[in-house]
Amino acid sequence: MTELMLPELGHYALILALVMALVQAVVPLLGAQLKMTGWMSYGTPMVWGQFFFVSVSLFMLGYAFVTDDFSVAYVASNSNTQLPTPYKISAVWGGHEGSLLLWVWILAAWSFAVTLFSRSLPEDMLARVVAVLGMVSVGFLSFVLHTSNPFNRILPQIPREGSDLNPLLQDFGLIVHPPMLYMGYVGFSVAFAFAIAALISGRLDTAWARWSRPWTSVAWAFLTLGIALGSWWAYYELGWGGWWFWDPVENASLMPWLVGTALMHSLAVTEKRGVFKNWTVLLAIFAFSLSLLGTFLVRSGVLTSVHAFATDPERGYYILALLAITIGGSFVLYALRAPDIKAKVRFTWMSREAFLLVNNIMLVIVMATVLLGTIYPLILDALGLGKISVGPPYFNALFVPLMSILAVFMGLGPASRWKNTERSTLIKRVWLSAAISVVAGAALPFIMGGKWNGYVFLGMMLALWIFLTQMRDIADKLKHKGWNVKGLMSLGRSYWGMVLGHVGAVITVVGMTLVANYTQELDARMLPGSKVTMGEFQFELTDIRHVDGPNWTAEQSEIRIWEGDKLVSVLYPQKRRYTARNQVMTEASIDWGLFRDLYVAMGEPLEGGAWAVRVQHKPFVRWLWIGGVVMTLGGLLAAFDKRYRQKAMRQAGVTVQATESENKDTGAVTGASA
Amino acid sequence: MNKRLILFIPLVLFFVLGFFFWQGLKLDPREMPSALIGKAFPSFTLNTVKDESAQITEQVLQGKVSLVNVWATWCVSCRQEHPELVRIARETGIPIFGLNYKDERGAALKWLDEYMDPYQFSLYDVDGRLGLDLGVYGAPETYIVDKQGIIRYRFVGVIDRQIWQQELLPEVKKWQ
Amino acid sequence: MAIAFPLQMSKPSGLTGRFWTRSFLLLMFSLLPSLAQANIDAFEFSNEELRNRYQHLAFILRCPKCQNQNIIDSNAPIASDLRIQVHRLLHEGFDDEQIIDFMVARYGDFVLYEPPVNRLTYLLWYGPVILVMIGLLVVVIMIRNRKQQANADEAMDSQSRERLNQVLKQKTVNSSGKKKSRR
Repeated sequence: MTELMLPELGHYALILALVMALVQAVVPLLGAQLKMTGWMSYGTPMVWGQFFFVSVSLFMLGYAFVTDDFSVAYVASNSNTQLPTPYKISAVWGGHEGSLLLWVWILAAWSFAVTLFSRSLPEDMLARVVAVLGMVSVGFLSFVLHTSNPFNRILPQIPREGSDLNPLLQDFGLIVHPPMLYMGYVGFSVAFAFAIAALISGRLDTAWARWSRPWTSVAWAFLTLGIALGSWWAYYELGWGGWWFWDPVENASLMPWLVGTALMHSLAVTEKRGVFKNWTVLLAIFAFSLSLLGTFLVRSGVLTSVHAFATDPERGYYILALLAITIGGSFVLYALRAPDIKAKVRFTWMSREAFLLVNNIMLVIVMATVLLGTIYPLILDALGLGKISVGPPYFNALFVPLMSILAVFMGLGPASRWKNTERSTLIKRVWLSAAISVVAGAALPFIMGGKWNGYVFLGMMLALWIFLTQMRDIADKLKHKGWNVKGLMSLGRSYWGMVLGHVGAVITVVGMTLVANYTQELDARMLPGSKVTMGEFQFELTDIRHVDGPNWTAEQSEIRIWEGDKLVSVLYPQKRRYTARNQVMTEASIDWGLFRDLYVAMGEPLEGGAWAVRVQHKPFVRWLWIGGVVMTLGGLLAAFDKRYRQKAMRQAGVTVQATESENKDTGAVTGASA
Repeated sequence: MNKRLILFIPLVLFFVLGFFFWQGLKLDPREMPSALIGKAFPSFTLNTVKDESAQITEQVLQGKVSLVNVWATWCVSCRQEHPELVRIARETGIPIFGLNYKDERGAALKWLDEYMDPYQFSLYDVDGRLGLDLGVYGAPETYIVDKQGIIRYRFVGVIDRQIWQQELLPEVKKWQ
Repeated sequence: MAIAFPLQMSKPSGLTGRFWTRSFLLLMFSLLPSLAQANIDAFEFSNEELRNRYQHLAFILRCPKCQNQNIIDSNAPIASDLRIQVHRLLHEGFDDEQIIDFMVARYGDFVLYEPPVNRLTYLLWYGPVILVMIGLLVVVIMIRNRKQQANADEAMDSQSRERLNQVLKQKTVNSSGKKKSRR
């Protein structure tokens, strides 16, 4: 293996990719500015070449993992011969270097997709978009090569055994969570590239909004799924049943999500009504800037986080320089080129535009609050004013009221019309929903918890409000279109995407509200034979035994859960010791259900053969992630609206007529976009 | 013109933020200053490792600038630091008080016997109460206490020759 | 957790403690991302109210030497010490504020996840409120402007749509033209 020099091949492929990215960043842009078609046409081949070489590089790293090539330093420190093969593959992105390579690969993949699906773009626009993506690629490829080369070798003293992947990452959640998250982060680079290209060309019309919309929706969908997966993983893997801790790294993913959500809505207004152009461009820059900022926060070591990568100041300075160039450059361009001609579009206080404007502003304020809380300790420290911590109590205190305002407008949005809504019409459409949500919202705390709870009232009321206004809107629309499948279909994927997005949010809000307020938790000292009671459930520890896994050994309890005389479930929580790192892990065991989870985790051994055991009853906790999945589906559905497809079809049709030999090619495009 | 200036707001905000990040890279977010700087050494009554019947109180820290060093036999890095403490005690004459933190007396005695004893004496804080009052979160930690018994400086981690010369000695001199 | 910082955490109690110290050190030096996991005690409480207050306090107190965890979620020995303290102080009749003051006096504001409102944190606590007010102002100004604009929007709307169509058409001609020329 060592003789084959495959890691060097991977390294070399990365260098080639960098060269191609450089050409991609410069030549098409010059071509577009100088109106030289030949130069513009360099874009696509360079993107394809770059994608190919980064793929080769990623494959080589994966190969080094699968074949246990410990001469590669990154493999040696993140793998082990005993590690099961699926984890060897996911270990590729288990550390800083490899995850950065994955980041770059996903960027190349998005660029590749842009060249495939954007044939309806004017040539110069495509050239500029591709060039901007190329610039981002140059930045990150040089970062990988300069500070974080995953192919560095340990020679000549090759370790005989690797130090294993962090046990916390040896899990299905960690196989899928980072790629999904990065798909989201990096996906915003496309909307960003469109915005920058539009600024460079000075053509900030509604066309660019239409082009960016599907890309933004897909990126947002992936980011939503990535965050949901991360939260789910933390819930079952960290062993304390938490699903969100307002950790800087979590906030780093939440901030682009908030702005991305605002961007999706703003793009809709810009496309349909031609307003908020300035603002939409700014949001597109923000969304990607915050993705980059997240990268900085996670990898530079300026903040302490439970999830942070190994840090080194050189990397921090490098990313900061990248940020300064990318974000600073974009904002300079924005300040110079943002159009100051106001669109001559009229709307009133009671219009959908106005409500969406409030939505946008609230989302940005929430983002700014999260940002403020996240970096405030850093600011005070940098000014020499002492060390403080900002944590969940702060974020919860501000997030809940701000999001509540937003939720009120989420209900009004679908109920309103563009330009202006008659007050009487609006009232007619929402009064019943409002009344039901207040009454039912007030009743639910008593039904669910037996006593008044303000937070439950607020959460459930707002969830019902959003849900009912949305349903009312569907009903109103179907009144005209007819209550049948044809009527349902005629509303369009974009509309159903919005409905799913909002309903997903409702489901998540219900989950958050109920699990935050009605979780029951008990820490108990248990011996085999002992029983604890929590609510209607009895937890009986029946057995503790030793079990062995592929690269770990564990103490495993058997816990029977009874509800009266009925055996509900038998759970097997473990206390694992991973042998390579001698690291101890809590493996919680969960009896999951749509309406409640029963969560059992083993603590430490106590004297006398007893164990500390934590049992939890978590109502509606699944709804958190189900909501995330529904939102994801909504985003994808919206992205694949017929409008975008028809455009592609029309395009394809014309091209086929023009050049028969392109037939196969365009056919594939239409097929893929359908 | 005014309108166009508004468009520069994001740029300005970003560079302000960037400045803080740049500063942040030079800082260690894990480094924590003691909350007791400028405050009197917490009161205590403890015996010592070598003398179970001793009744030592914070009064002992008055009158001279001294060092209080938190150590334990279970602490690997304390072993690393030990020779430097011995050297400081021998060469500078600055009194060093030990705070034997959550340790076992037998092991501590053996340690002092084997590796030499640089301390005036070592307070025996078996349950970590004084350590908690001091805000100790690990060992080794070293405090500089002035003539009035007020804590002036805290160093967390292993003291070596260079750290002593560059960080601690100037502080000691400042208060002498 | 101090990475590559040869610092031993506070003394563990008994065998399990030493076991934890060892694994904790390993965790400290292990390659990252490094997360510490749940810690579970089996404290007894004299009543439910104390248990709830304990859970609240342990939730808002930060483990002073961990990455970013409260003392209830951390298995670091120092977090365990602080939990024991909170438990003890609760049973000695201290109220929540006194317990928080007790911790802050020893470990500084850093130990508190809910920063106190003072002149250093006014911006933190009131910043969002100011932002909401600015946002409100922006909304008012923007909609006022829009309402005053007399021009009918239909014209603009159809105009931009037309431009879009034009652009699309142009591209069609361009690309097919280009492809032809390439052959």
